Amino acid sequence: MSWPSSLRSGIERRALGAGLLAVALLRPARAERSGLHEAILAFTGGAEPAEGQVTLEIPPLVENGNTVPVTIAVESPMTEEAHVRRIALFNERNPQPNVVTARLGPRAGRARLATRMRLATSQRLVAVAEMSDGRFRSASADVIVTLAACVEG
Amino acid sequence: MARTLINLPRTARRGEVIEIRTLIQHVMETGYRPGADGVVVPRDIVTRFTCLYNNEEVFSAELAPAIAANPFLSFSVVAAESGILAFTWSGDNGFEQTETRSLTVT
Repeated sequence: MSWPSSLRSGIERRALGAGLLAVALLRPARAERSGLHEAILAFTGGAEPAEGQVTLEIPPLVENGNTVPVTIAVESPMTEEAHVRRIALFNERNPQPNVVTARLGPRAGRARLATRMRLATSQRLVAVAEMSDGRFRSASADVIVTLAACVEG
Repeated sequence: MARTLINLPRTARRGEVIEIRTLIQHVMETGYRPGADGVVVPRDIVTRFTCLYNNEEVFSAELAPAIAANPFLSFSVVAAESGILAFTWSGDNGFEQTETRSLTVT
């Protein structure tokens, strides 16, 4: 027994559509790599950082992932009593989650750090700051990369 | 000796926050990249940067392979007293280099 070809292609198309829908529904909305979260928890000693007080500046659309300027600034008076102890930057989809971990103090005067990083692909970056009172604050940014680092060797 | 670029003012007023920008020539080989022969090139990066202000650490950073080649770092310090700022980069394969700059505080 054979199906009329038009009917069969209709069934196949419907099956394909259902399959795609299932894939779309099964995919979590924010598919965050566990390595990123683990690296943040290793930095904070298990504490969940709260959003805010930190600004993470990075171009939202990057043409060349080999060198991407990134700036992290933390709102802080930077006095003996209230300052930023450490600032760390993490990424989601490079081979390693760490980018840079800086140690500073009241003698820095301003909690601001700028560097240039590599991005293996479009991904999410998280900056975490450790305050002198032991709290952790964070900021995140999503970046789209058109030419990834490590591609051309 | 790798070439370095260090940008900071020569003089500053007491208590002023000055911005320091540093750059060092370094390949920052990630350890994930295959070379021309298909074999992964071993990691060769600068892992640590410190800034000492009159022998007291005012800023330091741990760098990962995700830092771009010729690592650039910009940070700030409070001009507390006249003296010497020493910048040290150290890393894989025994890499270590120190540069000093003097700062006059008025």
